[in-house]
Amino acid sequence: MTDAGENQSKEAVLAAHPDHRAIAALTEQLPDAIQNAKYDRGELTLTIAREAIISACRTVQTAGYNFLVDVTGVDWYPNQPRFQISYHILSHTLKQRIRFAVFVDEGDPSVDSITSVWPAANFYEREVFDLFGVRFGGHPNLRRLLMPEDYQGNPLRKDFPVEGYR
Amino acid sequence: MSELLTAPTVVDSSEDRTMILNMGPQHPSTHGVLRLVLEIDGEVVVRVAPDIGYLHTGIEKTCEAKFYQQVVPLTDRIDYCSPMHNNLCYCLAVEKLLQLEIPERAQWLRVLLSELTRLNSHLIWLGTHAMDIGALTVFLYCFREREQILRLFDDLAGQRMMTSYFRIGGLALEPPLDFFPRVRAFLKTMPEKIDEYENLLTGNRIFINRIKGVGLLSAEDAISLGVTGPPLRASGVDWDLRRDMPYSSYEKFQFKVPVSTGCDVWSRYVLRVQEMRESVKIATQALDGMPEGPIKANAPKIVLPDREAMKTQMEALIHHFKIVTEGFGVPAGEVYQAIESSRGEMGYYVVSDGTAKPYRVHMRNPTFATLQAIEKMCVGRLIADVVAAIGSIDIVLGEIDR
Repeated sequence: MTDAGENQSKEAVLAAHPDHRAIAALTEQLPDAIQNAKYDRGELTLTIAREAIISACRTVQTAGYNFLVDVTGVDWYPNQPRFQISYHILSHTLKQRIRFAVFVDEGDPSVDSITSVWPAANFYEREVFDLFGVRFGGHPNLRRLLMPEDYQGNPLRKDFPVEGYR
Repeated sequence: MSELLTAPTVVDSSEDRTMILNMGPQHPSTHGVLRLVLEIDGEVVVRVAPDIGYLHTGIEKTCEAKFYQQVVPLTDRIDYCSPMHNNLCYCLAVEKLLQLEIPERAQWLRVLLSELTRLNSHLIWLGTHAMDIGALTVFLYCFREREQILRLFDDLAGQRMMTSYFRIGGLALEPPLDFFPRVRAFLKTMPEKIDEYENLLTGNRIFINRIKGVGLLSAEDAISLGVTGPPLRASGVDWDLRRDMPYSSYEKFQFKVPVSTGCDVWSRYVLRVQEMRESVKIATQALDGMPEGPIKANAPKIVLPDREAMKTQMEALIHHFKIVTEGFGVPAGEVYQAIESSRGEMGYYVVSDGTAKPYRVHMRNPTFATLQAIEKMCVGRLIADVVAAIGSIDIVLGEIDR
């Protein structure tokens, strides 16, 4: 396996793992959904088009990736697109993990909620909404989770000072 | 749902049947500061809305401002009942980013300490869970043995609870000379102590009646809600990361993964007690087969040198100075590393941009997800069963709120 994550092209990564169930299912059913692919340190990251996240999740769910482990965000400020939403998905039968990444712009920080596929995403998406200010369309209860209800600002954004505003 | 939390006293009273009850944040059975807003119809729970965040300290944000090695003591404070699991998971994640090989002795010691931590954590769970149900004696029994584990940790790391004993690239120190014999003596007595707890609880009719058939959670619900660890296995899903996706040389150990199909609080109790017995076996195997060798990886730019070398060798002094003042750069990339903690899958998602400070650290904590299942477990049951259900997911608010 190659180890450098940066200089791999999407096609090379996809071609290097022909037997990978998630790649096979996605390239067959949603060929346009995968924007980029990276295989780094034994972990597969697929960058998914923002509109396609629900259908991509449904596709891998039927392909055997039954368990949503985690949803979280990364703020790449001041780079654009600014926010990366990372989804970690696990398959109990294949004993394999995959990561989906969705990039969102600062101007419209929103992405569709995947609570309809995995209800487990509920708290995770609320946490990302709370700490990054990314909105999840179709979420049943999108309110702050960890910070107080009347709190202003999103602490995990990079332009938020570590000591908070004084 | 939103009106539940913002206006806790009055809801639509057109039917005038239900009322809102605030459970916590200072209720003793909520293990810290969990607030549950219950909508009840008489004694029966209609809706449950967990309200969390009272212990939120922004640890993930703090991590971004620290060097990689300075994050280790922060991880202890997340799940204060099993600090070494947090240490281990974070160190494994950074080691994966660095592609660092860890010496075998360090790996085995990590396994030994993980299992002692699991025993420690399960003892707290057993004591407090039984106390919630009304069996007060067990608490004292459990804390008697827990004290012994904490003394071992104290001798090992100089700290009883926030041990911070793991380092990126290995462990802090070689254990003291009498450490292994003392662990062995403790492990030898442990099975009969577990028998003692079981004598108090397993045949106890009050205890059985309080928890059998309570807090039901089907396997499908458990998977869709992200439940891991003992509650998942008690719903009949045979999944344990130690066996299925081994880390830190767990593949070299022989142990059973207890699974039950009861789906209720009772089977979670039985399963955790069995897990304690398995932990004793794993720890004993680790003692028997403990390899000799170094406890730190051979990476002078990442691992702090020994005190002796630092005082006598110029190069070691330079490395020491560099690591302490500037940290060490970690190649850019992102990794997710998961381990089986006492409560389920604990994962660290670490993103590096190539500098000496982590760009992003995210902790995936087991009870954070499991708490979402509390509504499924409690709706249609009595208020008293909510207490049993909270205890059965072994809740630690520190790791939920972070």
